[in-house]
Amino acid sequence: MSNIVVIAEARSGQVKKPSLEAVGAAISLAGQASAQVVVLVAGAGLDEARSTLAAAGAHKVIAVESDALGQYSGDGYARVFQEQLAGLSPIAVLMPHSAMGRDLMPRLAAMLGAGMVSDATALHFEGGRVGATKPVFAGKAYQKAFANAGAPLCATLRPNAFEPGSGDGAEVSTVAAQIDAGTLGAIVQEVIAAASDRVPLQEAKVVVAGGRGLKEPENFRIIEDLAAAFGSGVAAVGASRAVVDAGWRPHREQVGQTGKVVAPTLYIAIGISGAIQHLAGMRTSRFIVAINKDPNAPIFKVADYGIVGDAFEVVPALTAAVSAAATA
Amino acid sequence: MNIIVCIKRVPATDSKIKVGADGRSIDPAGVDFVLNPYDEFAVEQALKTKEQLGAGQVTVVSLGSADAQKELRSCLAMGADAAVLLDDGGKPRDAHATASAVAAWLRTVPHDVVFCGKQAVDHDDSQFAGRLAALLGVPSVTEVVALELSDGTFRAERDIEGAREVVRCGTPCVISTQKGLNEPRSATLKGIMAAKKKPLETVAADVPAPGVEVVSLELPPERKEGRILGSVDELIAALRTEAKVL
Repeated sequence: MSNIVVIAEARSGQVKKPSLEAVGAAISLAGQASAQVVVLVAGAGLDEARSTLAAAGAHKVIAVESDALGQYSGDGYARVFQEQLAGLSPIAVLMPHSAMGRDLMPRLAAMLGAGMVSDATALHFEGGRVGATKPVFAGKAYQKAFANAGAPLCATLRPNAFEPGSGDGAEVSTVAAQIDAGTLGAIVQEVIAAASDRVPLQEAKVVVAGGRGLKEPENFRIIEDLAAAFGSGVAAVGASRAVVDAGWRPHREQVGQTGKVVAPTLYIAIGISGAIQHLAGMRTSRFIVAINKDPNAPIFKVADYGIVGDAFEVVPALTAAVSAAATA
Repeated sequence: MNIIVCIKRVPATDSKIKVGADGRSIDPAGVDFVLNPYDEFAVEQALKTKEQLGAGQVTVVSLGSADAQKELRSCLAMGADAAVLLDDGGKPRDAHATASAVAAWLRTVPHDVVFCGKQAVDHDDSQFAGRLAALLGVPSVTEVVALELSDGTFRAERDIEGAREVVRCGTPCVISTQKGLNEPRSATLKGIMAAKKKPLETVAADVPAPGVEVVSLELPPERKEGRILGSVDELIAALRTEAKVL
C-alpha cells in the first residue's frame, strides 16, 4: 500500500488545527488513492503532540525526537524528515501553508527532486496521479497541477480550506533522530510571543478589518472592540494596505496581495474601499460584510451584506449586538 | 562580500488577470510588468549590507526573457553593481525548474549571501529561497523582517503565527525578504544615468523540465451580488439566520 505523508507542526510541543486539517486532507486523498496516512512530527518533548495526532484519524504517527530539534531549524528538520521519507516512498507529502511549512517544504521538495504546489485549496487523485489546485495572482485565478511520474507531490495546504481529521487507532511510534546540533546551519535562538493573545490572522474564524475610512490610527479601537466582542480566540484584526503603509498598523495585519490572504468564515471590512489587491486577499471568505459610507465602493460588489453608513455609528452598535449574541 | 540578488519580472498587482488561449497561463496582453514588490526589499538589503561592510559587489540576476532587462536596469539604477540575465529560452518553468537553473549558474560564480523576495506575486509559490538553499547545500531564513550581520553570521527575525522567531544563520546562505525589513530607496537621476553604463550580461540558462504539470488555469467563480441592509439589527438577523455565524 502506498503512503501519503503529513508533516505535522509542533510548536512548544503543541499541534494546532492547520496540521490536523492536513491530516484530514490526507485521509480523503488516501481514500481515493487506496493509500495509508503516515504522520511525521519532529522536535523535543513530543508527548502532547503524539497524543493529539494519535486522535487525528491517521494510520501511523511517527514522532522523531531529538534535543537538537527543540528549536526549529529549516535545514535540520529537512534532513530528519528526508531520512524518514526515504523509507516510506510517499506519493504525496503534505504540510500546512504556515510560516514553518513555507520555510521547510520547498527545501524538502528540492531534496526529494519533487514538484510542489504551495497554498493548495484542493487535492486531486486522477489517472493515478496526485494533483492540487492553488490560487495564483493572490486568488485572481486558480491553477491546477499534477505531479510528474517518479516523485511525490509536495504541497502546503491553506489553513481553513480542509476539514480536520479525527479518529483513534493510529499506530504510534517514536524514533530518536541522529542529528548533531553543531551541524545545523540556521537555528531559532528565541521565540518572542506576540503581546496579544489574539488568534493568528490566517487561522481566525472571523476577521475584522479596517481601512482609511477610520480616519485616525487611534480609531482602530472600534475594530479591536468588535473583534473582541466575538469572544476569546475567535476574531483577528486585519488592515488595508493604505493604513499599513501609513504606519497605523503593523504589516502582519495587512490583508491583500502584498499582505496575507485570508479565508475566514466571516470577513468584516470597515472603511475599506476594496482595491483589487485587497479583494484578492479576502474574496474567498465564506461571508463578507462591508461597512462603508460610499455606496459606490467596490467592496460592496463582493460583500454578501453591506451597510452604507458612518463606521463610527454602525460599528459600536454592531459590537454591542455581537457581544449580546456571543454571551446569549 | 559577494552579494547576489535574485529578482523576477511579474504582472503589476493592480493587473486584471485573463486566461490565455492555452487555458494554462495568463494572457499577457494589456498587462503591465514590474519588479516583484518583495524583491525591492531584497535589493535594498543587499545595498545596505554592502554599505555596512564598506566593500563588496552586488550582482542582480533574473531568469527570464530579454524583457527582464528593464527590471534589471532599475536595480542597477538603485545601486547594484552588475546584472545578469539568465535567458530561459522560453521554456516552461515552475519553482523546481527556476531554482535548479539559478542554482546551476550560482555554482559558477562566487557568492556569500543570496537575497530574494519571500514570494513572487504571480504564482505566489514562496518556494524559491528554500529550494535554492537546498540545491546549494546552504542554510536559509525566509520571510525576514529584521536582519543584522556581524562576523559573517546573520541574526534574522521572522514573523510566525502569533510570535516572532529570532534565527541565527551562518554564511553562505539564502535570505528571503518580507515587507517591513527596510524602506527600498528610489533610483536617483544620477543612478539612472550610471545604470546605463553598468554591465548587464546575458547567459544561456540550463532549465530542466518542471516538477509539476499545470493542466488548467481558471478564474474564480464570481461572488453573487449581495444585499444592502438598512440597519445593524437587519445585519445581525442575516448573520444569525442566513449565514449562521452568530
